[in-house]
Amino acid sequence: MENLAGLDHLLKITIRFWPVWVAMAIVMIPSFSTRRNTGLYGQIFESRIGVIGFSLVSFWVFTAIFADVIMTHDPYATWGGLKNALPGSALRAPAEGIYPHALLGGDNLARDVFSRVVEGSRIVLTISPIATLFAFMVGITLGLPAGYFGGRMDTALTFISNLIIAFPVILLFYLLVTPEIRSGGPAFSFGGDHVWRASVPNLLAALIFIFPTIFFCTLWQSRFYVRPKLRNILIAVTLVIGIWGYLGTAFDYDPTGLLLIEPGLKNIFAIVAIVGAPAKFRIVRGLTLDIKTRDYVAAAQTRGERPWYIMLWEILPNARGPLIVDFCLRIGYTAILLGALGFFGLGLTPESADWGSTINEARRLLALYSHPALYPALALMTLVLGLNLLGDSLREASQKD
Amino acid sequence: MAHFILRRLGVMLLTTVCLTFIVFFLTNLTPNLEKLAKSEANARMSDAEVTRWLAEHGYDQNVVTRYGQWLGIVPSPKLTDPDGVTYTRCARPERPAEIAPKFCGILQGELGFSSVFKIEVTDAIANRLGKTGYLMLAVMCVMVPLALLIGILSGMREGSLMDRVLSAFAIITTSTPEYVSAIILIAVFASKNSGISPHFVEWGLIEGPTLFKASAATALRDITFSNFTLPVTALTLYGMGYIARMTRASMAEVMTQQYIRTARLKGVPFRAIVLKHALRNAMITPFTIIMLQFPWLLTGVVIVETIFNYKGFGWSLVQAAGNNDIELLMGISIVAVVVVLLTQLISDIGYVYLNPRIRVS
Repeated sequence: MENLAGLDHLLKITIRFWPVWVAMAIVMIPSFSTRRNTGLYGQIFESRIGVIGFSLVSFWVFTAIFADVIMTHDPYATWGGLKNALPGSALRAPAEGIYPHALLGGDNLARDVFSRVVEGSRIVLTISPIATLFAFMVGITLGLPAGYFGGRMDTALTFISNLIIAFPVILLFYLLVTPEIRSGGPAFSFGGDHVWRASVPNLLAALIFIFPTIFFCTLWQSRFYVRPKLRNILIAVTLVIGIWGYLGTAFDYDPTGLLLIEPGLKNIFAIVAIVGAPAKFRIVRGLTLDIKTRDYVAAAQTRGERPWYIMLWEILPNARGPLIVDFCLRIGYTAILLGALGFFGLGLTPESADWGSTINEARRLLALYSHPALYPALALMTLVLGLNLLGDSLREASQKD
Repeated sequence: MAHFILRRLGVMLLTTVCLTFIVFFLTNLTPNLEKLAKSEANARMSDAEVTRWLAEHGYDQNVVTRYGQWLGIVPSPKLTDPDGVTYTRCARPERPAEIAPKFCGILQGELGFSSVFKIEVTDAIANRLGKTGYLMLAVMCVMVPLALLIGILSGMREGSLMDRVLSAFAIITTSTPEYVSAIILIAVFASKNSGISPHFVEWGLIEGPTLFKASAATALRDITFSNFTLPVTALTLYGMGYIARMTRASMAEVMTQQYIRTARLKGVPFRAIVLKHALRNAMITPFTIIMLQFPWLLTGVVIVETIFNYKGFGWSLVQAAGNNDIELLMGISIVAVVVVLLTQLISDIGYVYLNPRIRVS
């Protein structure tokens, strides 16, 4: 097999991404033509920045979804002739049915860079939004009462959040995301022979992962306590899913085995949520302080509504604009944090294909072979850029009216 | 004002104590201490030996007691092992355990002894902090004027072509964390096989193999243009975009104010309006943002110093954390936390000073 020359491998890469192009067309063309009727979402397509941002983000989202189709090789396997191979190199004697070229070259361990970048998108785009969501849950559940009630609880929570903000992130990473710290703490055994260690990351995970359940139970209770039947159903469903998820994720105890996550990954979720939560807490608290003075809140108070109803069903929906914008920007920031973790070789396993770890692996030979580090770096940059542009266009759109 | 600063200082002290205790607690968890014992004494110790080593070195005491010893308010005991060798955490090579003082904590001006570098933590930090100081100074000298210029130029005529180009540049740089921009910069400017350096060599424009150096190790002794440009640029880019965007927003808001319109209608030249009328009011937000950038730069400094092999403060943080050098890590964290809190305080005071509408009660 010949090496691919010039622009030939760019063409091959473009063809390789065909499911992404099809999916983007299916999503963007109808969204664009109905943009006047779809509210805030449609506003994205009114500005050039919004379209570029949406394209970049959807490109990576669909890449993550169709990763198995797009990948040319197994991202964790080594291939003959690929050690530090330049983009477009041919594999040495590929077997029947194996893609004959390394589209973006090979890394120092002779793995295919293209497939690793694609596989990395799946890891980054799974962890970042979910971790951001957890941070949001914590920020909302604590920020609403802090802003609404004020007083001692507000002082205490603000102090704790300032404490975390003043903590150098990088130090926190090094202290909390190490294999040693996971093996500490007293062990508890329950449910037969299952053992759970009360190590610091496990305790943090246990603290963080309970918030969604608390949030939704309060949400249903505050609105539907006048309709006990509906409320009981909603709370029962929430509790079943919540407790199942909680036991599975925080306590590694899931009989079905569906929700078990790797300890390193759990560690990352917990730490990223802890680092991100104070910023959300501040935003939600600030928004609550602002919205609480509005007339419709006063009207609800006069009606005799309970505080949690006002917070969750009057204030929160009206704070959604800034929160959605912030969510977009925060996913990007989380992706950067995740990359930094990978860059320092913390958390995920060293052979993991996530972009940060790949950059870390490749940086030692950077001055000689730059492509194994360059492509994941560009991938991360375009994803974050897309999220930033999307967030910006959403902010401008929500400020217009 | 004095009352405000005093109260803030009180909160700062409390925050520092809380944060250093958290770091102390986390570095002194049992698995970390076991690792320390194995790295200090013998990697193949049995569990019983590890426990004995920890007891002989006073690590079996309550974590709060030992935090007190680190602070210098609880005396450090002198421990004698079965061989008759006395140990105390205040002992140093030049100051044997017999004559070591009882108290050696932060209140006595001692931060302990680094187990990795085998020198006083205060010396280790002072030396490295100076090196990082040069880096930060260079970054600030480049970043702040450039960011303000970009922000002002794009904010003074919102929606113009210049605004759109500069804003696009700013948002691209905010999306490029240091470890990404460093990789791109090295690939373009400091690689023998890719980027522009091979072409430059071919055309005979540069002497060495690459335009800039991918390592800043030589900058520890002698800072030159070729070894310091890339680390400074990598750090500058990520921080700059954010300041520029904030400056732009602030400037654009000021330019819509009534008094600017009045000045324009009076016939004041545009240049004079921007420089004399708008600038001071538009600088309030960026000032706060720039001060708050310092703590944020720390993560970047650690990343950049690791990539470019510049042995400064961030590099020693990685060394201390990787080898669980408890005392050095504590020293580093107290410096980092104090820097963060001081910049927050300065930014608050500066905000009040710059904005006469805000009065602290």
